[in-house]
Amino acid sequence: MPGLEDLYREIILDHYRSPRNRGELPVPPARHAEGHNPLCGDEITIYLSVDDDVVSDVKVAGQGCSISQSSASMMSAAVKGKTVPEVRSLVKKFKGMMSIDTGDDPPSIDVPLGDLEALQGVVKFPVRIKCATLAWNTLLEALDAPIPSDT
Amino acid sequence: MTIDWDTVRADFPILRREIDGAPIVYLDSGNTSQKPRQVIEAMDDFLRTSYAPINRSAYRLAGEATDRFESARASVARFVNAPSADEIVFTKNATEALNLVAASWGGANLGPGDAVVLTHLEHHANIVPWQMLAAKQGFELRWVPLTTDGQLDLTDLDRLLTGAKAFAFTAMSNVLGTIPPVTHLVSAAHDAGAVAIVDACQFTPHNVTDVQAWDADFVAFSSHKMCGPSGVGALWGRMELLDAMPPYIGGGNMIADVRLDGFTTAPVPAKFEAGTPPIVEVIGFGAAVEYLESIGMAAVRQHEIELTRYAIDTLGERYGDDITIQGPDNVEVRGGVLSFKFRDIHPHDISQVLDQHNVCVRAGHHCAKPLMRVLGVNATARASLYLYNDRSDIDALADALDGASDIFGF
Ligand SMILES: Cc1ncc(COP(=O)(O)O)c(C=O)c1O
Repeated sequence: MPGLEDLYREIILDHYRSPRNRGELPVPPARHAEGHNPLCGDEITIYLSVDDDVVSDVKVAGQGCSISQSSASMMSAAVKGKTVPEVRSLVKKFKGMMSIDTGDDPPSIDVPLGDLEALQGVVKFPVRIKCATLAWNTLLEALDAPIPSDT
Repeated sequence: MTIDWDTVRADFPILRREIDGAPIVYLDSGNTSQKPRQVIEAMDDFLRTSYAPINRSAYRLAGEATDRFESARASVARFVNAPSADEIVFTKNATEALNLVAASWGGANLGPGDAVVLTHLEHHANIVPWQMLAAKQGFELRWVPLTTDGQLDLTDLDRLLTGAKAFAFTAMSNVLGTIPPVTHLVSAAHDAGAVAIVDACQFTPHNVTDVQAWDADFVAFSSHKMCGPSGVGALWGRMELLDAMPPYIGGGNMIADVRLDGFTTAPVPAKFEAGTPPIVEVIGFGAAVEYLESIGMAAVRQHEIELTRYAIDTLGERYGDDITIQGPDNVEVRGGVLSFKFRDIHPHDISQVLDQHNVCVRAGHHCAKPLMRVLGVNATARASLYLYNDRSDIDALADALDGASDIFGF
């Protein structure tokens, strides 16, 4: 069995202990989506502000294990300031790293994973892949959420 | 008679399996139990020598299979002290048994203005079927709350039961281990004119079950949690209720006659057993209750009381305030189901670290999300005990928890 040090890398624990971009954004103008991991009961809410096709702000609320929380924290740091097509490409690349079938086409834009590569070890613990991808699937839902109107 | 628990443990072949050179420490029996060789051999033997359709064919082999199937029904009936084997309906599991009661009895008896009382301890299997039916038939659901130590708060029970037509409750919580006073709850239900439906899925594997002493109306349980195979469970119900209920699933075996303009139903239990049943699993279920009877459920309960006390004391002495075991502290009113919080480490991470030491516990919401909300958590880590566990398993759990502290920096 792979050692736990493959899973609990220092940078992951750092994001778990001091999560980035915690909080909420007012909806509207922000959009949001809620995700659940039915396996463990973890819940996450992702808030997104998108201006001119750029993710100008992102916030993460909810509770979860070290893997889901650190993945959400790293995700939030990675997507802030990126364009929506870049974010979609990053989601695809991340899910590919989690050995999830994302279709034959490579991501349309090559966005570096950076710190997110630390989560690679999760693949050796298949039960935890759902923890790592929860924030990312919720992010996709938030991107696809109807753009709220003030009326 | 004193039981040699080492011999009991040796009956379970899987507990001799090693992963990465070390034995498995199985502390997830509340989820599903391991199987003794007596059950495995009974199923194997049946498949090799006696497998045939039941209730359908005239040749001797089929007759023999039918006899063995019905003899398993008699064993299950005896195990819960049912007055008659015909009152045991085989289902897929406890979930299906509870759905059967809700859909068939509830479908025929509940409507606007009626109420069903449940408790905050319930498993989704005893919540969602009632919610599904309430959405269709428009009756009210009421909830018995909990005390701070996870027992039912019965202060308002009489008021909650006023005008209620059914009271459906667990006989043992799968999260907190709480064992409510079933006989008292049944009699309160009856005083209010309500039927009493007992989810005994966690209780029956670990205690003497006596449906007549409870005076209950329906009792549901699952084979896989009591040393038997998955794929089969049982509903015990009072004959006069079962008899009056409409069928649940339609098909073969459940009919007396079918014509182009309708059908008539077979007598209970066949009325509720449409289609080919899980034949081999029923044989295994019968072998499981016979195995448990050979040890004695009072002895099993005593063994688990002692082990639960040992677990609460050992973990408490070792980790003090860093560990909180949820549910009642009094082992007389709880079973060996230990949900715990450990140093703010998420249950999923705890279970991951414990798995490194082959310690199998469940982390999650345990299919009891309303209870999780009452407890104010998303998830708990849960160690659950059974007759094959011993002190070494508890010690292994206590040792392995240290590893969690190392990683998460305490
Ligand atoms: C209290 C309780 N009720 C019902 C069930 C449902 O049992 P099954 O999944 O075997 O149908 C369980 C299983 O976890 C349980 O613990």
